[in-house]
Amino acid sequence: MTGKLKTICSLKGHSGIVWNTSWHPKGQMLASCGEDKTIRLWNYKDGDKSTLKCLLADGHQRTVRAIAWSYCGQSLASASFDATIAIWDNKSGQFECNATLEGHENEVKSVAWSRSGSMLATCSRDKSVWVWEVWEDNEYECAAVLNAHSQDVKKVVWHPHEDILASASYDNSVKLYMEDADKEWTCVGTLSSHTSTVWSLAFDKTGDRLVTSSDDRTLKIWQKYLPGNPEGISVKDANFVYKCVCTISGFHTRPIYDVTWCHLTDLIATACGDNSIRIFKEEDLSDCNQPSFSCVSHVSEAHLQDINSVQWNPVVKGVLASCSDDGLVKIWKMEST
Amino acid sequence: MGLDNENPTLFEKSEERTVSEKDLDDNEAEEFDSREIFDLIRGITDPEHPLSLEELRVVDQSLIEVEDSINTVKVLFTPTIPHCSMATLIGLSIKVRLLWCLPPRFKISVTITPGTHASEHAINKQLDDKERVAAALENTHLSTVLNKCISTA
Repeated sequence: MTGKLKTICSLKGHSGIVWNTSWHPKGQMLASCGEDKTIRLWNYKDGDKSTLKCLLADGHQRTVRAIAWSYCGQSLASASFDATIAIWDNKSGQFECNATLEGHENEVKSVAWSRSGSMLATCSRDKSVWVWEVWEDNEYECAAVLNAHSQDVKKVVWHPHEDILASASYDNSVKLYMEDADKEWTCVGTLSSHTSTVWSLAFDKTGDRLVTSSDDRTLKIWQKYLPGNPEGISVKDANFVYKCVCTISGFHTRPIYDVTWCHLTDLIATACGDNSIRIFKEEDLSDCNQPSFSCVSHVSEAHLQDINSVQWNPVVKGVLASCSDDGLVKIWKMEST
Repeated sequence: MGLDNENPTLFEKSEERTVSEKDLDDNEAEEFDSREIFDLIRGITDPEHPLSLEELRVVDQSLIEVEDSINTVKVLFTPTIPHCSMATLIGLSIKVRLLWCLPPRFKISVTITPGTHASEHAINKQLDDKERVAAALENTHLSTVLNKCISTA
């Protein structure tokens, strides 16, 4: 399948850089955040009918770098350069900030909810990854401070089904974490292969694969192997390893700031500093231990400046949100040809 | 605290740009060239001395590359000594000056002239990280220092 990515609408409102977007799990609402310290919630409607639903302006003192909806759709978390994380919900009838998490020493770069909603992960330029336990009544307790990286941590994501956490860093590596038998969070794996900052990463729908995007202009696909695997990949004493099985190079001409793996269509989309959005698809009959991916769509000048984030809609097939230094949030649709 | 380089070598300033008739014609669309980029950054003050980056030959027109048609500007800068602790700050002041002055279509790269600084790679990586640059600009202390350096440009 090849296809064409078409703009459905362009959402104006932010002033300055828009850093991140997050789809509500029901797919009908999109949140965006940026340099103007605000979070905007947009109602998504097919066609160009999307509108601003709500503006959250009083949560942070500095750039809002990242946002994430919980899987239940009740809570929104925002991470800011002001070193805090804010938790928003609309239980009172309107969206308001009901908890502020403090502890990081400086800029918080990313935030992610675990699948069950019982945990939240955050990361910062202070080189640490924090795991927070979520209790009733907006109570959050720090369960672990993980210092596996030697530099700035750019992004955290959870495995789609298990309590496995992954983080990407300025130290060029990706780390994986799990709770051990004593319920202590520990680093259980390091993925080294990129030659510069790893900006982002995403799991596929099974969680058996991970895609990472880097300043080194490549994407890498990592496959999970369990002990005693028929391929004979060494797992040593670990529960699993992720091994790099494919490097996608020669497409991106500047840093790849974000990557998203669609759990409905299996398509991978990238946000690049060369103003382009690209869509990749695994080739038919591709060997899972040595897969091949082809670029099935490329929109050059998708935005007027660097693209910072791309997110597939979790419910509506082929719908993608992007945001850029140019101040816009755009919604795209993949049309089959 | 002592200065990193107490006795820097001074160089002459270049001549002012000659203004041609074509320059004054508003109907004439002109491409950016290395001289224009140089003019934007040569007056930046060194964080350590009351001297310009041009006088210290930290920036030089011959080390600026502009390709207007593909929207790229590449600036190499040369710290006065290989262990200069101010190199990141100098690079940041050049980068920020260009980010503020040039049309947003430009992709701006500011890196150390190869072989002229002990931490060349680490500094280049920091200056190339847009997120760190954005965060630095929101840091009150740092932005005060930067504004002071850039105010003379």
